[in-house]
Amino acid sequence: MTISEIEAEIVSEFSLFEDWMDKYNYLIELGKSLPVIDPKYKTEQYIISGCQSQVWLHAEYREGKVVYTADSDAIITKGIVSLLIRVLANQSPKDIVEANLDFIDTIGLREHLSPTRSNGLNSMIKQMKLYAVVFQQKYGERS
Amino acid sequence: MFPIEKIRADFPILQTKVYNKPLVYFDNAATTQKPKQVIQAISTYYEKENCNIHRGVHFLSVKATEAYEEARCAIRDFIGAKHAHEIIFTRGTTEAINLVAYSFGKKYISAGDEVITSVMEHHSNFVPWQQMCLEQKATLKFIPLLEDGSLDIPAFRNLISEKTRLVAITHISNVLGTINPIEKIIAIAHEKDIPVLVDGAQSVAHTTVDVQSLDADFYCFSGHKMYAPMGIGVLYGKEHWLEEMPPYQMGGEMIKEVFFTHTTFNELPFKFEAGTPNVEGVLGLHTAIRYMLDTGMDRIEGYEQELLDYATQRLLGIEGLKIYGTAKHKASLISFLMHGIHPYDAGMIIDKLGVAVRTGHHCAMPLMEYLHIPGTIRASFAFYNTKEEIDRLVEAVVTAKEMLL
Repeated sequence: MTISEIEAEIVSEFSLFEDWMDKYNYLIELGKSLPVIDPKYKTEQYIISGCQSQVWLHAEYREGKVVYTADSDAIITKGIVSLLIRVLANQSPKDIVEANLDFIDTIGLREHLSPTRSNGLNSMIKQMKLYAVVFQQKYGERS
Repeated sequence: MFPIEKIRADFPILQTKVYNKPLVYFDNAATTQKPKQVIQAISTYYEKENCNIHRGVHFLSVKATEAYEEARCAIRDFIGAKHAHEIIFTRGTTEAINLVAYSFGKKYISAGDEVITSVMEHHSNFVPWQQMCLEQKATLKFIPLLEDGSLDIPAFRNLISEKTRLVAITHISNVLGTINPIEKIIAIAHEKDIPVLVDGAQSVAHTTVDVQSLDADFYCFSGHKMYAPMGIGVLYGKEHWLEEMPPYQMGGEMIKEVFFTHTTFNELPFKFEAGTPNVEGVLGLHTAIRYMLDTGMDRIEGYEQELLDYATQRLLGIEGLKIYGTAKHKASLISFLMHGIHPYDAGMIIDKLGVAVRTGHHCAMPLMEYLHIPGTIRASFAFYNTKEEIDRLVEAVVTAKEMLL
């Protein structure tokens, strides 16, 4: 699936929920089911700055696609990371760099985060895209 | 009977709804809400009295100057200072502490000297000393805590040396709620003629403070944590310290005469009040103090202790909940964590249920490091809060726990 197809899928899932408590419950479930990150990446080097709860993010390049793994000590944050990974993982660096990620505003995620959390969300997206930029430069146009 | 209905009616913001639920405001240690009397005082000032003070000879200027100086006298009486000129208006506690760190530090602290503070300090009573000590090549030492979150007084005695130049300590911890025995701390420091600065940001709204009976050398507080506007605060300093200390900021108002080559400085308190002051803030602060005195400081303190006891008992009924700060003498705030739950997660859900609490390190990162925790959830009460609101908090905490575990 393309990034925009996955975004549309998430938007339709969120439209089923009546209020934000249900949405939080869903984020919590997503957080709990996020695959675990290799403990060797849970170090200072992989921490995303700007998040009030700790987020560790790692990415690698496999056959033209970017594979992300992440973790957080806060479960709702983990749920949000899991949404981002679902949208951006296994996509080409070029598509990741160009992604608009409109679904975040469409599902109203940002307005339900405090400003500090919202900054944390921006930092996460920025870091995910940075990895993609680096892979794009490293592996050239075929990505 | 505590006139809670009447008091609540005076605070317009308490009628607000958040997420379609009546607001429960338990973030009073961050800032308190303002009664309509204070809001009115600010509008009246701008509608009828606004002008620059201490400068003009015209009618408004004289009136505004009088009101401003009357407020200074009211604050002198409120904290039991000896002289009105020992009351310096600042932007808040932070600026008051920075003033002393800069001015006192410059004059009295040099290489090899020591300053004592504690591990429970808010960043505003920590970073100014840390940076001043780095600059002056002095050493900052920290009073450790006991298990219940109170200060280790014997350890404090041991920290004092011939090199100690100042002790800077909070009256009430903004995280643990501990009411520190500052009278005792001051007495111990004074045995060696060491002056003491007290950070009173969390205390003046909740208990009676008398700087003369405490014998504090400096006492700092903020208006916005005592029902007054933001951007106004107070530095109390004993006359002889303030006389001896050099000015902190230069400009208008703080001068006596200015020549091309040099300047002579104004007398106290103006020496430390450079520039046009925050007149609306000062008048708002005066009104807030009047409001508190009319309500009665003893009654406020008694009622808030009742809230604290009730909240402590109700929260401890939740399995897996741990309260940080269990000292015998505590102000009306509670920091807690639930086993296996990150404070940010819990805070987000509690917020969605209409209850405003604070989560995080509460501007006390060294304390979090000391306690080995990422942060806490903090509910802090004011005299307009009720037991019914505490029930709402407990319900919200239980819901958060069920969702997150």
